[in-house]
Amino acid sequence: MSAQAGAVAAVEETCGSPGLPDGAAVDSTAITDPVMEVKSLNAWYGSFQSLHNICMRVARQRVTALIGPSGCGKSTFIRCLNRMHEMAPGARAAGQVLLEGEDIYDPQVDPVAVRRAVGMVFQKPNPFPAYSIFENVAAGLTLARVGRRFYRSQLAEVVERSLRQAALWDEVKDRLRQPATTLSGGQQQRLCIARALAVEPKVLLMDEPAAALDPISTLKIEELILSLKEQRTIVIVTHNMQQAARIADYTAFMLMGELIEFGPTAQVFTTPRDKRCEDYITGRFG
Amino acid sequence: MDVDRLHRRRRRWKERLMTVLIYLSVLVALLPLFSILIYVAIKGIGALNWDFFVRLPGPVGDPHAGMANAIVGTLELLLVAAAVGLPIGILAGIYLAEFGGHGLFSNSVRFLADVLSGVPSIVIGIFAYALMVLPVKHFSGWSGGVALGIMMIPVVTRTTEELIRMVPRSLREAGLALGVPRWRVTVSIVLRTAAGGLTTGAMLALARVAGETAPLLFTAFGNRYWHRSLNEPVAALTLQIYQYAISAFEDWQRQAWGAAFVLIIMVLILNILARLGTRSKFSTQQE
Ligand SMILES: Nc1ncnc2c1ncn2[C@@H]1O[C@H](COP(=O)(O)OP(=O)(O)OP(=O)(O)O)[C@@H](O)[C@H]1O
Ligand SMILES: [Mg+2]
Repeated sequence: MSAQAGAVAAVEETCGSPGLPDGAAVDSTAITDPVMEVKSLNAWYGSFQSLHNICMRVARQRVTALIGPSGCGKSTFIRCLNRMHEMAPGARAAGQVLLEGEDIYDPQVDPVAVRRAVGMVFQKPNPFPAYSIFENVAAGLTLARVGRRFYRSQLAEVVERSLRQAALWDEVKDRLRQPATTLSGGQQQRLCIARALAVEPKVLLMDEPAAALDPISTLKIEELILSLKEQRTIVIVTHNMQQAARIADYTAFMLMGELIEFGPTAQVFTTPRDKRCEDYITGRFG
Repeated sequence: MDVDRLHRRRRRWKERLMTVLIYLSVLVALLPLFSILIYVAIKGIGALNWDFFVRLPGPVGDPHAGMANAIVGTLELLLVAAAVGLPIGILAGIYLAEFGGHGLFSNSVRFLADVLSGVPSIVIGIFAYALMVLPVKHFSGWSGGVALGIMMIPVVTRTTEELIRMVPRSLREAGLALGVPRWRVTVSIVLRTAAGGLTTGAMLALARVAGETAPLLFTAFGNRYWHRSLNEPVAALTLQIYQYAISAFEDWQRQAWGAAFVLIIMVLILNILARLGTRSKFSTQQE
């Protein structure tokens, strides 16, 4: 344990230090009012380090896309943004992640409160099978706010609003009492988005939300993301370059646990500064 | 061409033969089970009448003798057993599956549970006797119920652990990511998802101890009259069967068959309830 603590101290670097070789390509200081700011974030699974000194700002009410080859640490990274990473066995993170200026890794901070402010949608739809469609969407309110009772009408309002935001309302409004597992995969994923939206998170993390979906459902989710950013900040992992180009304002390219390139999407896709990023985007990778 | 046909025909014959063999083995497996059921039913139904369910045991030859006290006693003992075995077993199972991991403590608990489920039931009876009968110097329904409850603990613990482990990780993550506290995820999401299976497990564990005799011999002890409370010796169907079956009187032996039939029906009902538990409206299966 003490040896690991030593390792943490050893790798601790500050953002924008002259020691960083690719400082220019990952500079996100142009974002002046970030909703989140990641500073020197490192993450481990056991003794395997999966994130190396990540520094990045997340722009308010914008969509930030994370791209990179499989296994480069995209999921690990966004799971660090709402303290879900540490729930994996043997997982550990070190560094700072500021949410509205407050470090979510501060020992004083309750991870449960962090997850209420930073919601998450997973790659595979994961509705609660024992719950109805209605109960699924309301779950964040009925289960999380301990000691607070909701009136049915209040809940119904939130459920309808969230389902409308997730573009699912018309398809399910007559079957809210049915089990969530009776929905199709694409509908289940939109249900999960509605469930995440119901607690009104400031930031919504999405880990390849459309990976298991057909093109039409994918399009629906993309439209949904674009409409959501009027009120919320979105960080999305995607393997689909076109998708990143279509919906993201900023794009971050990762490789082997490092952030290689960050910038406005148009710039990253047309004039990448790092050779490895260029190769990946043009498909010449590997 | 011809060889091909021959091959095909031989394959068809082999397949038929195998199918017949499989059906035969199913029959052979079911035969003992059905013969027991039918034999007990034939022997038992004759002894059953209204009096059997509403009257107390009587002297040999009494046509109005019954086993009302044993039927009620068995139900009460099972209730006590459930009150002891289910909470302890389920909580221990939750601990092992959700919080314990595979540390020394958890693995010891698992090992002990496995050992405990192999301990002969009469030994559990002696334990309950030493613990609850000797100090107060009289037999009691409480001690019998507790003995049965202890027998349930390891089964319920291990079943609960298995069932909870079957709940996909992704559901826990979904709950946690919504900002639901860990304990609430366990109670409202994990347990609720596994609820159908847990009901089944509980019923099967109850059904298993319902037929136990040995742990009751020197705890509940048996009683020919109504017990006024569980603080007294309590009649149980199994004890009554034991006592009547080895008696010399044909009349009592007949009643033993009747009691055996009633006991089997009770266990059957528990098993059916268990099946209903898994077939709930919201299936526990996902993916
Ligand atoms: N639970 C875990 N235990 C150990 N190592 C893990 C675990 N999860 C991920 N890793 C490792 O961490 C590294 C980063 O994984 P991560 O899941 O973040 O990649 P990713 O970029 O999301 O990949 P993909 O695009 O395939 O989803 C990989 O090398 C992976 O093998
Ligand atoms: Mg991933």
